[in-house]
Amino acid sequence: MDLLLTTVFDLLGSLMAAGLPTWQLDLSPTVAVAVPLVGAFLIAMAGKWPNLREATTLITAAALFWVVINLTNFLQATPEAELFVDVVPGMPLAFHLEPLGMIYALIASSLWILNSIYSIGYMRGNDEKNQTRFYVCFALSIASVMGIAFSANMFTLFIFYEALSLATFPLVTHKGTKEALRSGRTYLGILMGTSVCLMLPAMVATYVYCGTLDFTQGGVFAQPLADGVLTPALFGIIFAMYIYGVGKAALMPSHRWLPAAMVAPTPVSALLHAVAVVKAGVFSVLKISVYIIGVDQLRLYGQGGWLVYVAGGSIVIASFIALFQDNLKRRLAYSTISQLSYITLGAALLYPISAAAGAMHIAAHAFGKITLFFAAGSIYTAAHKTKISELDGIGRKMPWTMGAFTIGTLSMIGLPPTGGFISKWYLMRGAWTAESKFAIAVLCTSTLLNAAYFLPIVYRAFFKAPPEPEHHDDHGDGHDDHGDGHDDHHDHGEAPWPIVLALTCTAAATVVLFFYPNLFAGYADMLAEAMPK
Amino acid sequence: MSLGHFNYWLAIAIIMIGFYGVIARKNLLKQAIALGLFQTGVFLFYVSMGVVRTDEGEPGMAPIWTDAAKTGPFDNPLPHVLMLTAIVVSVSTLAVAVAIIVNIKRRYGTIEEDEILEMDQRDRAQIGS
Amino acid sequence: MDWFPEFFRPHLPVLVVILPLFGGLLAPFTALIRRGGGIFAWLWTALITAAVFVCATVLLYDVHTGGEAITYRLGSWPEQYGIGYTVDSLNAYVIFVVALIAFLATIYAKDSVIDEIVIDRHHLFYTVWMLAIAGLLGITVTGDTFNIYVLLEISSLTVYTLIAMGGERDRRALVASLKYLVLGSIGATFILLGIGYLLMLTGTLNMADMHAKLVEMHQAGELAGNKTVMVSFAFLMVGLSLKMALFPLHLWLPNAYTYAPSSVSALVASTATKVGVYMTFRFVFTIYGGGVFDSGEDLHFLALCASAGIVVSSFSAIRQVNVKRVLAYSSVGQIAYIVLGFSLANQDGVTASVIHIFNHAVIKGGMFMAIGAVALRMGGTSVDDIKGIGKRMPLTAAAFTVGGCGLIGVPLTAGFVSKWYLVVGTMQEGYWYLAFVVLLGGVLALIYVWRLIEMIWFHEPVDPDKEVEEAPLSMLIPMWILIGASVFFGVNASWTADSAAAAARLLLAGGM
Repeated sequence: MDLLLTTVFDLLGSLMAAGLPTWQLDLSPTVAVAVPLVGAFLIAMAGKWPNLREATTLITAAALFWVVINLTNFLQATPEAELFVDVVPGMPLAFHLEPLGMIYALIASSLWILNSIYSIGYMRGNDEKNQTRFYVCFALSIASVMGIAFSANMFTLFIFYEALSLATFPLVTHKGTKEALRSGRTYLGILMGTSVCLMLPAMVATYVYCGTLDFTQGGVFAQPLADGVLTPALFGIIFAMYIYGVGKAALMPSHRWLPAAMVAPTPVSALLHAVAVVKAGVFSVLKISVYIIGVDQLRLYGQGGWLVYVAGGSIVIASFIALFQDNLKRRLAYSTISQLSYITLGAALLYPISAAAGAMHIAAHAFGKITLFFAAGSIYTAAHKTKISELDGIGRKMPWTMGAFTIGTLSMIGLPPTGGFISKWYLMRGAWTAESKFAIAVLCTSTLLNAAYFLPIVYRAFFKAPPEPEHHDDHGDGHDDHGDGHDDHHDHGEAPWPIVLALTCTAAATVVLFFYPNLFAGYADMLAEAMPK
Repeated sequence: MSLGHFNYWLAIAIIMIGFYGVIARKNLLKQAIALGLFQTGVFLFYVSMGVVRTDEGEPGMAPIWTDAAKTGPFDNPLPHVLMLTAIVVSVSTLAVAVAIIVNIKRRYGTIEEDEILEMDQRDRAQIGS
Repeated sequence: MDWFPEFFRPHLPVLVVILPLFGGLLAPFTALIRRGGGIFAWLWTALITAAVFVCATVLLYDVHTGGEAITYRLGSWPEQYGIGYTVDSLNAYVIFVVALIAFLATIYAKDSVIDEIVIDRHHLFYTVWMLAIAGLLGITVTGDTFNIYVLLEISSLTVYTLIAMGGERDRRALVASLKYLVLGSIGATFILLGIGYLLMLTGTLNMADMHAKLVEMHQAGELAGNKTVMVSFAFLMVGLSLKMALFPLHLWLPNAYTYAPSSVSALVASTATKVGVYMTFRFVFTIYGGGVFDSGEDLHFLALCASAGIVVSSFSAIRQVNVKRVLAYSSVGQIAYIVLGFSLANQDGVTASVIHIFNHAVIKGGMFMAIGAVALRMGGTSVDDIKGIGKRMPLTAAAFTVGGCGLIGVPLTAGFVSKWYLVVGTMQEGYWYLAFVVLLGGVLALIYVWRLIEMIWFHEPVDPDKEVEEAPLSMLIPMWILIGASVFFGVNASWTADSAAAAARLLLAGGM
C-alpha cells in the first residue's frame, strides 16, 4: 500500500519537476515559509483585479504544496537546524525538518489548495466585503503555519504561534459587526493571554534552567532534573504552564475562543479553526511534550498524569455540550474541542505509540472536519441556513454536500471506511499499552456521544421530509415580507461548483486515508521510533 | 550641638515652608513664589556647607588669595560658586512660570487652580474628550 | 568612519552639546529673513540636528572601536576642578538614541509646526527646541554631577515652554505645562539637595571621584549607618523618580504629553524620560555602585513602585478617550519596565533596561508621530478621530499598528526583545511574581492597544464625507524610519542587545 502512495507522490513530484528547473534540490523549510509570504504580497498587489488575485492565491497554494512535497525527500531522523537569523544572541529563528512537522505541513498545504477553491465559491457566492484583506490574511496565516511546522526551537515556534493569532484576527472579525468584534476580542484575548502569561514564562524558565530552547530528542530537562537544580514539582508546573499556555489546543477550560471564532466566514472556520490553528495547538502540545519536556522524563518523575484526566474530561464534556447546540457550526466547534483532546490524550499517555496515534489523528481529523465545515458553508451559501433544526430533508436537494457530510461524520465517530477509524485504532492501542482504563472508557463513551450528536443530522437531512412552507398558506399578507426566505426553501439546489468540488475532494481524501493509512502513518512511526522507549 | 547646625535647621525649615506652599496653595502665582522659596532654602544649605571653622571655632576667611592671608583656613568657595548658577536657574524657572501663569490668566481669566479645573471639567463634559 | 575631519574628532563629546546650544541661540536671527515663513528656522534646525546626529554616530563608532571611555576636559581643567565630559559604551548609546530621535523629530516637525504654531513664533519654537536637545544631550555626556543639574534645568525649562506652546490650540496645555514645571522643579531641587549631601561627604562633584571615595569609605566600613549617604540617596531617588515619571510620581506626565504640540510629544516622549532613566543609572551604579547601594535588595522598593506602575498605568490607559493620553499612560508603564529591569541589578535585567531605552524610544516616538499625523489631517486626537483611518491614511495607520504591536511585545518587534531579557532577568533572581507582573502588563497593553487598532481598521469613520489624505512625506518618512527600526531590531537584535549588554556589564562593574 505505502509503495503505491510513494509512487503517487513521486509521480506528482516528478510531474511538477518535469516542467521546472532542477533547483528543487536546494529547497529548505525557509522556502516553505517564504512562498506564502510572497504570495500574500502579490495578492495584495493584485487586489484590484479579483480574477488575478484568486489565481495568485491558487498558484501560491499549489507552489507551496509542491515545495512541501519535495521537502519530504530531505526528511531525516536526526534533523539539522537551519539558522535563519539570530533574534537575540543565543535565540535563533531557525527551521528544521522532522516527521511531526512534516505531517502538519503536508495537511495544511494540501488542504489550502482545496480551501482556496472553496473560498472563491463561498466569498463570491455570499458577496463578502474586503476580499483582498481576506486572501492576504489567509496567506499570512498559512505562512505562520509553515513556520510553526518547521520550527527548530521553542522560540521560533512561539513567534509563529503568535503571528498566527494576529494574522487570523482580521479573518475572525471579517464581518465587522459588533458580534464579530466581540468574538474577535475573546479570540485574541484567550489565545494571546494564555501564550503570553503561561507559555512565555515557561519558555523563559526552560531557558534559565536548561540553557537551550532547541527541540531535542528526549527533551532538554534530563540534565537539570538529574542535577537537582530543578525540583520535579517545579518541572510539573512548567509542563502544566506549557500545556495551558498553548490555548490553541482548546483544552478545557481555555476552549472558549473556538466557538467564538465561528463568526468567521466558513472557509476560515474550515481551514483555520478546524485544521490549521487548532492543529497548531495540538501540534505544539505534541512537540513540546516530545522534544522539550520529554515524555520519559515525565514518566520518570511521575508528573503530568493529570493531563490524561483533563484531556479525557474535555473529550466527554465538549461532546455533551455539542449535543445541545442547534447552530451547526457551533456543534462542529465543540466537536473539534473534543477531537483535539484525543490528540492531547495521545501525548498525555506518555508512550511512543500513543504519541504516534496523536500524530495520526491530526491528519484524520483534519480531512474529516474540513469536510464537515465545507458542507456547513455549502448549506449556508445555497440555503442560508445555519441551524440544525432547519435541515430537514436538505439531503435531497444537496446530495453531494450531504453525502460528503456523512463521510465526515463517519470519520469523526471513527467508523470504517474513513481515516478516523485508523487513528482511533492507534489511540486504543496506545491506551491499552499505557493500561489506562480511564482512557479506554473515555474513548468508548465519546464514540457513542459522537454518534449521538452527528447521526441525527444525517438522519434529518436524508430521511425527514422537508418542512411545509407554512406561511405560504396561512399569511397571504406576509408573503412579500418573507419573500427571500420563501425562495430559499424551494429554489436552492447545490452550492456553486467550486464549493462542491472542494468538499468532494476532502471527503474522498478521508476515505483514501482509510485505505492508505501509511500516507501519514509512516511519519507517525518515524516520530515514535525517534522517542526513547 | 544641634544648635551648632542652626543654619541647616533654618535651611530645612525654609525648604519645608516652600514645599508646603507649593502643595497647599491653590493660587498659581503663590505656588510659583513658594517654589522660589523652596529653592532658596537649598541655596542656604549649600552656602552653609562651604563654611569652615578652625579647631578653635574661629570662622574661616573669605577665599581670597592675598599676601596677607595665605595660611587659611579658607571657606570652601565651590558651593558658593555653584549657587550663583543655581540662582540663575531659579530665576529662570520663576520667569517661565510667571510667563505661563500670565497666559493662563489670559485664556482662563483666573489663576485659581480649582476654578481652572472646574472649567476644564465643564469643557470636557461639553466636548466629550 | 575615516571621512570625519580629524580636527573635530577629539572634540566630539562637546560638539554634540554646543552645536544645538549655539544653533539654538542663533535660530532667532532666521526671523530676519522675511520670506518663507518659518521655513528657514526649520532648515537651520534640521541642519544642526543632522550635524549632531553625525557627531553622535561617529562618537558611538569611536567608543565601540576604541573599546574604552573617551574623556574630554572642558577648558583643559583637570576633572577635579573643571567639568569633565566622559563618553563610555552606555552614554554613547544613549547620545545616539537622543540624537537620532532629535533629528527625525525635527524633520517631522516641519508640517506639524506650520499647522499648530502661530507663524511668527516659529523661530522661537525652534530656538527652544534646540536648547532642549542641547540640555538632553548635555546630561548624557557630562561626568560632573552639578553640570547634570544645570543641564537638566536647561532641558526642563525648555520642555515646559515647548509644552506650553500647545496652549495656542488647547488652553489645557498651559496648565499641564505649569504642573510639570512645579513638579519638575521640585524633582530637580531634590536632586540638587542629594548632590549637596554627596558633595559634603566626598568633597567632589565628579562622578568617578565620588565613586572612588564612596567605595573607599565603604570598604573602610565608614558608611555603615552613615545618615548622610542614606539621605543623599533618598533625595536623589525621589528627585529622579519625579523626573522619569516613576509611579506614583508620574502625575505630571499624562497631561503634559497629551496637550503638547504633536512634534513636541514625539520628541519629549521618546527622549526626556529616557534621559531621566540614564541619570538614574549613573547615580545608582556609577556613583553608589561597587556595593554601596546597587544590590537588588537595596533597589527592591524601586521594583515595587515599578510593578505597581505597570499595572495601574495600564489600567488607566484602557479607559482613556484621547489617544495621546493612552500613549502617555503607556509611557508611564514602559518607564516602569525600564526601572524594574535595573532594580534587579543583574546582567539580564540591566540589559533589558538599556535595550528598552532604545526600543521604547523608537516605538513610542513612531506612535506619537503617527497620532500627530492624524491630528494634522483630522484635527484632533480623540478616539473618534482615529475611527476608520485605516482606509483613509493606510500608511500612518499601519505605522501606528506596528508600533502598538511593539508596545504589547509581540514577537519580532523590538518590544519583545526587551520583554524577553526582562523576564529572564526576573526569573534568574527567582522573582516569579515580578515576571508575572511583566507579562500581565503585556496583556493589559494588548487590551488598550487593541481597542485602538479595532477602531482604526474595523470601525467606520464618524464623518464619512470628509476628504482626508495620507500624511505628508515629511511626516511619513521619519515615522516609518522609527517603526522600521522597531521591527528591524525585533527581528535581528544583535546590535542593540550587544551594545546594551556591554553597557550593563560596565554599569554592574560600577565603572565609568
